[in-house]
Amino acid sequence: MHPTAPRALVLRTAGINCDGETVRALETAGASVDLVHLALVTAEPARLDDTNLIVIPGGFSFGDDVSAGRVFGLELRHALSEKLCAFVDRGGYVLGVCNGFQVLVESGLFERELGAAGMPARSIALTANAGGRFECRWTTMKAEDSACAWLSGMEVMPVPVAHGEGRFVVKDDKVLARLKSKRQIALRYVRADGSAAGGYPDNPNGSVDDIAGICDPSGRVLGLMPHPERNLTPWNHPHWTRMLAQTSKPRTCGEGVLFYRRLVEAAAGVHA
Amino acid sequence: MTSTRSAPPPPAQATLPDAWRVEVFRADPVNDPEAREVLAAAAELGVSGLREVRTGRGFLLPSRVTRAAVEAATRELFADPVLDTARIYAPRAAPEVASGVQRVLVARKSGVMDPVALTVQQALAAAGIVREARDDDFFATTFKIVEIQGRTDARALALLAQKSLANETIEDVLIDDERLVFARPPATPPHGVIHVALVNADEEALMKISRDGALSLSLAEMRAIALFFKEQRREPTVCELETLAQTWSEHCKHKTFTGIVDFDGELIDNLLKRTIKDATLTLAKPWCVSVFHDNAGIIAFDQGHDVCIKVETHNHPSAIDPYGGAGTGVGGVVRDILGVGLGARPIANTDAFFVGPLDLPADKVPKGSMHPRRILRGVVAGVRDYGNRMGIPTVSGGVWVHEGYIGNPLVYAGTVGIMPHWAATKTVASGDAIVVVGGRTGRDGIHGATFSSVELSEESEMVSSAAVQIGDAITEKRVLDGLLTARDKRLYRAITDCGAGGLSSAVGEMSADCGAEVDLEKVPLKYPGLAPEEIWISEAQERMVLSVPPANVKELLATFAAEDVEAVVIGRFTSTGRLVLRHAGVVHADLDLHFLHEGTPRPMRSATWKAPQHKDPGAPRESDHGATLLALLGRPDTQSKEWIVRQYDHEVQGMSVLKPLVGERMDAPGNAAVLKPLATSQKGIAIGCGANPHYGVLDPGAMAEAVIDEALRNVVAVGGDLDHTAILDNFSWGNCEKPDRLGALVLAARGCHRAALAYGTPFISGKDSLNNEYKVGDQTIAIPPTLLITALSVVPDVAEVVSMDAKRAGSRLYLVGATRPELGGSAWFALRGIAGGTVPRPDLATAPGLMRALHRAIRGGHVLAVHDLSEGGLAVAAAEMAFGGGLGIDLALAEVPMAGFDHAHDPDGTRLYSESCSRFLCEVAEGSAAAFERELGANPSACVGEVTARSKLRVSSTDHSILFDVGIEELRRAHLGEFRG
Repeated sequence: MHPTAPRALVLRTAGINCDGETVRALETAGASVDLVHLALVTAEPARLDDTNLIVIPGGFSFGDDVSAGRVFGLELRHALSEKLCAFVDRGGYVLGVCNGFQVLVESGLFERELGAAGMPARSIALTANAGGRFECRWTTMKAEDSACAWLSGMEVMPVPVAHGEGRFVVKDDKVLARLKSKRQIALRYVRADGSAAGGYPDNPNGSVDDIAGICDPSGRVLGLMPHPERNLTPWNHPHWTRMLAQTSKPRTCGEGVLFYRRLVEAAAGVHA
Repeated sequence: MTSTRSAPPPPAQATLPDAWRVEVFRADPVNDPEAREVLAAAAELGVSGLREVRTGRGFLLPSRVTRAAVEAATRELFADPVLDTARIYAPRAAPEVASGVQRVLVARKSGVMDPVALTVQQALAAAGIVREARDDDFFATTFKIVEIQGRTDARALALLAQKSLANETIEDVLIDDERLVFARPPATPPHGVIHVALVNADEEALMKISRDGALSLSLAEMRAIALFFKEQRREPTVCELETLAQTWSEHCKHKTFTGIVDFDGELIDNLLKRTIKDATLTLAKPWCVSVFHDNAGIIAFDQGHDVCIKVETHNHPSAIDPYGGAGTGVGGVVRDILGVGLGARPIANTDAFFVGPLDLPADKVPKGSMHPRRILRGVVAGVRDYGNRMGIPTVSGGVWVHEGYIGNPLVYAGTVGIMPHWAATKTVASGDAIVVVGGRTGRDGIHGATFSSVELSEESEMVSSAAVQIGDAITEKRVLDGLLTARDKRLYRAITDCGAGGLSSAVGEMSADCGAEVDLEKVPLKYPGLAPEEIWISEAQERMVLSVPPANVKELLATFAAEDVEAVVIGRFTSTGRLVLRHAGVVHADLDLHFLHEGTPRPMRSATWKAPQHKDPGAPRESDHGATLLALLGRPDTQSKEWIVRQYDHEVQGMSVLKPLVGERMDAPGNAAVLKPLATSQKGIAIGCGANPHYGVLDPGAMAEAVIDEALRNVVAVGGDLDHTAILDNFSWGNCEKPDRLGALVLAARGCHRAALAYGTPFISGKDSLNNEYKVGDQTIAIPPTLLITALSVVPDVAEVVSMDAKRAGSRLYLVGATRPELGGSAWFALRGIAGGTVPRPDLATAPGLMRALHRAIRGGHVLAVHDLSEGGLAVAAAEMAFGGGLGIDLALAEVPMAGFDHAHDPDGTRLYSESCSRFLCEVAEGSAAAFERELGANPSACVGEVTARSKLRVSSTDHSILFDVGIEELRRAHLGEFRG
């Protein structure tokens, strides 16, 4: 680890279960990682002060009871709202993956303008997959031209999804137009060749406009349903044995490493 | 006893509940996929008249909460501001129902665990939204609402509710009736120490006590207990008798397997010891770390780590409540892994389901049973929700269909864990605190252990609701997080899980060599009013018991508190050799532990075996092998399990190397899943399984050898090392008090013994479930003899792993292993309705060498793809390999290496569909052919075709004419099958 490695705080609570691979991804990308329980952060919010990056991993926080991410989001709003807003306002980065994305949507952070007091009313949601079932499959995501500068120019990336409530929806068309005009649509599901998904299964959940991830207007808060941290090794890709048979050239790492490397570099203030 | 003395259920409510009611619906039907499921279920059941359906969720909160707080709770927690509309109704107010709308409400019965309600209470308290939510006596409840527009008659609606919307064992259904129950379960009337008059009871009275108390104790056992207490000059207490019943249950004690068997005149003293355990002892593998005596088997993985595995059945609970039964099955086997040694981290789950025919006509479903489709959907959902929430990838499994499972489905759940080597052993020390951690104790799951030891009947659904436990995966996840932290701080000395028999089994087992004193009133309860014996034997889920040195207690409790897990000292381990139970200072049991553990009379059972008489049917002539292959691909046992696999998170923890589904479109069935559990090691683990009830009916001995071969084929095909592979046996059998059932068990156990020795693969853990029969009237249906073998294999280097999908046009296809006319129990015969025939049986003299040779070829990089041959034989394997790779295959049946062929068998059909063991289809690049052939040496192996770019499976017959030429898209479609959930 580099002595000036950026500090990442991985926030977990009951039911978060992707913390292991998330910590591994961040460390692989060069971050110094603290895995902390939510209760500890609400008791000592000063823990956020010397952090460059907050990551909420996937899982089933509080069992996703009532609705995915609802209770964790509620706790963030009630116990950490001010600290979290101040953290983003002073230049901090936030990432939510899968359940972490659902939690951040519930928190209201994506629709908040920098400097605004408190969280605004919510007009976006993640809800039950169009297929009505939990679904685990590999998909492809593409970084769009968005406010999220650190994703800019990233190649189309194979990533698994695994969720029951990942369908991104908006209150009405005006909300979608606003997200577009503020350049908040950061990631879309596409086909493996990068062309438009064109429905299931390349868009695995029926998300409006094939949206796989969005950012806040500052571009520093990003949430996405797919799991880049589950594609770190050369052997995670579902076609690695096929690629090997075709090229005879072993892969060196999974594409997900590139995603986390960009994030950690951005959070360190180093431009990718 | 417990079950008869419990207070009766509360009478139907006379009025609307005295509680705030919040009802939440989706504003736009597009966002209500559950409503579509209700419509689909109605269509399947033939319930007509539903025009529109919407589903909603309701919450009840105590009337003393203010309206403002209820509004805040609705805004912040219950309803989504983007998606939902919500209505709040004051206590005792009736909800508004639009005209023409019928409502079905489904609510958990009072006292049945409702994890969502618990989360609601915690969230409201934590966020300070409802002040009263912090009170001890506060509780909330939730319910499901289905609103139906249309004209459906009440009877049809009741049928829909009963067959699809609710499980009346654990849920109340109200149709157009808003009088929901809002009450805690009634308390068991307080009582002092109750003695049971046993000592002077006659045979009839003894059996009446056993039956009425749901103790499942035999006359010999009741007599042994009476005699013991006669010597003590007193009667046993209820707590003592319950403890004995739990500990001596077939479920906990495996009396049949360890008893004495008279097998057609031959005396077998302890079948388990002479077969399964003997193989392990004889093989004496240095990498076996802990076998048979702990909650799971442990083998060495790398320098510093061990892997462990356990597979359990949860058959009877899943028959009564498929969703809850399968979920708690997963929860229970995960706790076995948390409780082996000092605890391991769960890294993979497995599941195997055995159900009745999915196309069973509704009128053939026995009274009191559910349709196989409902059972399968329910158990899949149960495994999904528990495993996914725990963050454990479910990576391996299968579905088997046989009509013998109609009234008694089988559900197996397994878990693999990894642990540091130092954590593989434990010792309880007298003087240590007994600490119970995890979920609270309620009246759920009373008599699960004894219930699972009897036959199901049509009344089971009615009487056994108390035997059903409801799981809460997040509580178990909390326990996992706290436990591994406490383990690594080395705060406790021993641990076990609360499974069947609850605290009675856990504390009883842990104190076997020392002694224990427990103060039952210290056990945290879900609600007040449990009798001491109820606390003691409740099988409430998500609990573990620890032996903690007194000096560590404070830190241990704090470690769990940091994860929001309750941990409480309930007693201490002693050196008295006695188990003492107190409640509020009054002694309810003082039992000699030696008698508890060693006093069980060993049953003597007779066994016999007469092979079913069938003429060898030979092999039929087929007019269209292409059509036969398509039909075989779509059979429920063989068809794609994609609808199941995709519902399981098989990627969580980021370790997957080979997924359950592989190939170009990730829709072909892999041989076995491979995981890379440690970032610091190139080693992997492969998990495979084998089972075949059709073989079991015809020849249990051959079946055992064949399914061991199958499980080993699975793991060897992906690169697992046969010489670092352990296996597990899970027997589900009929009632072994009947000699023919027990005879089949003897044959199967002996088959296990022979095969394990031959392959050099020790058994490291196992379980048996021996009362899988179903009574309808005076008819008894036994399940077919069902042995599930699970193989856990270490893969030396994950970079060498191969998948089963064809990779390159132009490469050669080799068939490794000899094909024999073994068609008995085959998928082909099942398709054609043919009974009898010779069951496949591996050649134990040559099969292990063949597998080792193939392993060398894989490690040498000479193989592009390997697929093992099982149900459906060469035809199905080649089809799967072709569409998996998106490539064609040309196959020449004339080249297939044969053994023992006779002319009563059709030469082409036999080659295509024989299920002979130890066979693999291997794709080998032209340039590697010589090296591949060198590694295979003298083993039967021949080049039988090639991979082509023409996207068709073309098969030529033994006389070199083209038998069929079918496109891979057609094969792929056929493989999808009829039933997709």
